[in-house]
Amino acid sequence: MSRITIKEVEELATLSRLQLEGDEAERMRGELEAVLSYIDAIQALDTTGVEPLTHAVGFPCPLREDELEPSLPIEAVLANAPRKDDRFFEVPRIVPKSDGRTEKTGGTR
Amino acid sequence: MSSRVESLVASGHVAEIATAVRGGQVRAREVVECYLDRIAKHDGTLGCYLRVDADGARRRGDGVDAALASGATVGPLAGVPIGIKDIFCTEGIETTCASKILKGFIPPYESTVTARLSAAGAIGLGKLNMDEFAMGSSNENSAFGPVRNPWDPARVPGGSSGGSAAAVAAGLCAASLGTDTGGSIRQPAALCGVTGVKATYGRVSRWGVIAFASSLDHPGPFGRTIRDAAWMLSAIAGYDPNDSTSIAAPVGNYVQACAGGVSGLRVGVPEEYFSVGLEPEIESAVRAAVETIRQAGATVVPVSLPHTRYAVAAYYLISTAEAASNLARYDGIRYGHRATNVGSLEELYARTRGEGFGSEPKRRIMLGTYVLRSGYYDAYYGKAQRVRRLITNDFQAAFADCDVIATPTSPISAFKIGEKISDPLALYLADVYTVGPSLAGLPALSQPCGFSSAGLPIGWQLIAPPLGEETLFRVGGAYEAATSWHQRRPRALFGTEVVA
Amino acid sequence: MSIADVLSRWEPVIGLEVHVQLATKTKIFSPSSAAFGIAPNGATDPLVLALPGTLPRLNRAAVDMAIRLGLAVGGRVRPECRFSRKHYFYPDLPKGYQISQFDEPIVEGGGIEFLFEGKPHRVALTRIHMEEDAGKNIHASDGRSLVDYNRAGVPLCEVVSEPDLRSAEEAAEYVRALRVLVRTLGICDGNMEEGSLRCDANVSIRPRGTVPYGTRAELKNINSFKNVKDAVTHEIFRQAALLERGEKIVQETRLWDANRGVSQSMRSKEDAHDYRYFPEPDLPPIHVDEAWLADARSRLPELPMARMARYQQTLGLPEQDAVVLSAEREIGGYFDAALAHPGMKDLGKRLANWVMNELLARVTDPRELVDANLPIPPANLAELVTLVEKGTVSGKLGKEVFAKMWDERLTASAIVERDGLAQVSDSGELEGICVQVVAANPDEVARFRAGDKKLQGFFVGQIMKQTGGKANPKAVSEILGRLLK
Ligand SMILES: [Mg+2]
Ligand SMILES: [Zn+2]
Repeated sequence: MSRITIKEVEELATLSRLQLEGDEAERMRGELEAVLSYIDAIQALDTTGVEPLTHAVGFPCPLREDELEPSLPIEAVLANAPRKDDRFFEVPRIVPKSDGRTEKTGGTR
Repeated sequence: MSSRVESLVASGHVAEIATAVRGGQVRAREVVECYLDRIAKHDGTLGCYLRVDADGARRRGDGVDAALASGATVGPLAGVPIGIKDIFCTEGIETTCASKILKGFIPPYESTVTARLSAAGAIGLGKLNMDEFAMGSSNENSAFGPVRNPWDPARVPGGSSGGSAAAVAAGLCAASLGTDTGGSIRQPAALCGVTGVKATYGRVSRWGVIAFASSLDHPGPFGRTIRDAAWMLSAIAGYDPNDSTSIAAPVGNYVQACAGGVSGLRVGVPEEYFSVGLEPEIESAVRAAVETIRQAGATVVPVSLPHTRYAVAAYYLISTAEAASNLARYDGIRYGHRATNVGSLEELYARTRGEGFGSEPKRRIMLGTYVLRSGYYDAYYGKAQRVRRLITNDFQAAFADCDVIATPTSPISAFKIGEKISDPLALYLADVYTVGPSLAGLPALSQPCGFSSAGLPIGWQLIAPPLGEETLFRVGGAYEAATSWHQRRPRALFGTEVVA
Repeated sequence: MSIADVLSRWEPVIGLEVHVQLATKTKIFSPSSAAFGIAPNGATDPLVLALPGTLPRLNRAAVDMAIRLGLAVGGRVRPECRFSRKHYFYPDLPKGYQISQFDEPIVEGGGIEFLFEGKPHRVALTRIHMEEDAGKNIHASDGRSLVDYNRAGVPLCEVVSEPDLRSAEEAAEYVRALRVLVRTLGICDGNMEEGSLRCDANVSIRPRGTVPYGTRAELKNINSFKNVKDAVTHEIFRQAALLERGEKIVQETRLWDANRGVSQSMRSKEDAHDYRYFPEPDLPPIHVDEAWLADARSRLPELPMARMARYQQTLGLPEQDAVVLSAEREIGGYFDAALAHPGMKDLGKRLANWVMNELLARVTDPRELVDANLPIPPANLAELVTLVEKGTVSGKLGKEVFAKMWDERLTASAIVERDGLAQVSDSGELEGICVQVVAANPDEVARFRAGDKKLQGFFVGQIMKQTGGKANPKAVSEILGRLLK
């Protein structure tokens, strides 16, 4: 039987970026526990030596030629944006800085 | 409205409507108006449509009529009004996946499948209700209200393509589009008494179909009859370079296959699919259907799918992991709902997603995050993929002895709205017969095969080997030729119980 | 505490992850432009914006470039590799996951070779994997951030070294060598200031003479060779100071701030490193067959180390020259193009001198050497070297000719003819001048004849003055020899 604690539910909610309201966390705890207990039955099955199946199709990845197509026009790019500024999407300040300097951070992990 | 149009719409056959429009017996615009009337009259109760594009449909109807008047050639589905599950991106038309988080989202691009239907001349009437992000099997998870079963409005239509199944059953469109991840076409088809087809994974493009679980998502059609479904699938199937999992093989002649007969076909019946929890009336209806096909010339053989009991667990592990990933993009930055008055980026994410997603997507995101956490991968996601291989191998082995497998589609018939909403696990377990073919990516359909004593439709499921769609249509066609379940109509909506 | 001090007690262990932006026309998974410098959000498409329902389509050119890089470093190109999804929430990551490679990267093993402290050196690679770049967050001063997705989806190769580097200098040289390699392959433009090559460094230190690794910190945002050296050096200091105070190193990601010369912890949430990888369901495994490998191999150019060896072995250039000429793809390319002209093979050292002393002195960025507007294309330099070698112009005047060629974009022969710079070799004319000079300087003639042979230079100088430097020195000394006997 999988035991899920409220703390784990809260960690999952943080990791999933989901704010849970009121008794949502407690309700979720019970539901997750029930589903995971059921799912745990799968552990009884011996799958040693079985190759994982990741794709239902058996062919290799097709490749696209490096041919340029036009960008979406900027109006279409921003048309659905809840908040925008000029040609940009707007988000709250990413790294709270005390000195208010302009800087670039982030990048690819 | 001419009675000719009304009777056409009552029978609702795709090919008949297309032929009548092409032959000039009716105008496409008249057909559109007739469906719009029906929607106006009945959909307030049923809740099939999230959005009716009446002006667009009229315009497209007039377009078909004008093309015909000018002698231009039109597509095979010219003038056929269809409904589109709100999971398909439609350029310029709001597409929400029945979620608050996508409210107001207007795609700047069109899904391959809807583009192909338009090219074939079909006329989109609007966007159909569904379980939010296709998560559910009762359509109670829509952020915009439930869909009601046309056979009994107190009951669910099934899900997640509940609006698509109910709209066809209620005659609010001639045919429709849905998606099937773990049974979301087949199960509502069974519960609403229509035919629904999920083709081989990769046979129908996923480009423009909002992802739930990418390795399991299958777009597909609903129709009143096997031929309607065949016409629809013919229009949407085939290679699409926009989907890297799209199969390049030529598309079969599904319509012709409906008349192909079953002589020489071996129908496999897996005992694992007639197990505890199966309603006795469903079991006897499905067994009777198998007998009908045997009498039509097929042979019946017992087969075994021994890993069936692990299928639901494997399905929920894989589908929730993929869903948690696919739903990570809903962050309120580029489109959709965005929480207001947020002080930080973290708050923007947590509140946007907390407010925007309903409880079922939240549950599945949490579950999917749980099973992918570091240290859990091998025990959960990795394990599920190995089980997925075993389930696929089961089917492969069974198909050494048979050409098609026949099973019930759902162990239960349509239940009351609200009856099972507090027990998610019980509903997950009801997917037991549909998730196997989903995991294996096999073509499968559900077809009406009877009614319960409560007057609720029963469906049987046919499963074929990869790219064996034509076999499905052969069996389905032979079954329709021998029975009349597909002619039954909800009396309240048609004023009659049988339409020839 | 000096760095030498610190290094006498602590041994740094450094591994580098370099993100190489591939020079494709389009993104790795969709067909909008991968070019730098387009107006914000003006190079996007539905996939780049992660619109619901979009699917990735793998760019063949990106895979091909990764294969060529793998072959060039002598790595193993896997016959089957796959993409995985790497999850984290950040506004520049539109899908909420990065499509990357995890357990089955395209290339395993291999190494980067370069001269280090005068000796051939090799740093082993763990792997090279393909992935997509993220967009850019721009932080406005008023407390908002703005997002530009143009860069999201630009193809990257992440080149991951073994933790085999032992100094900041070695790390900087490694990055320099990798940059030359990817530029030679033509798979990356190497513009570090535009972010075409970005470096993360994993740094730990351990007491000299011990084996186990210390706790490492990952430094991000290192965008120049100098940054590599500064950031790593700073980190070695930081860790040594902590450990010598008896404190512990925290395993964390730190952001290098080149302006202030410090790093800053990026540690935010405990979930920062739970990337929840799983195989990308939208892309089946990628197959690279033998035919593709053979074809890619046939398209590999001469690599920097091989070019260096050729210059030394077949042209007899000194190592120093070979290093300079093979340091950049364009320098070697220019040199080889000039070398291809008749007669140049035997004049390799002369040509090298012209390139290194005159040409490179006038070029700030080696890419100018392949610019169509370069004032002296390789053929023209080859002609100048020939004219000097034949004695048509003197070596000294040759430099003047070069300067005019550079300024006026003319050929050497055109300038020589126009300005009458050809050497006076005609013995009649030279003889007359020599006789005149000898006659005009009787005292010097007497001293010369008395044995002051140093005065030879005086006479040559006088003759050069008279001829405007055009006298052929060989002919002059022959005539003087006769006249002063
Ligand atoms: Mg990395
Ligand atoms: Zn990376």
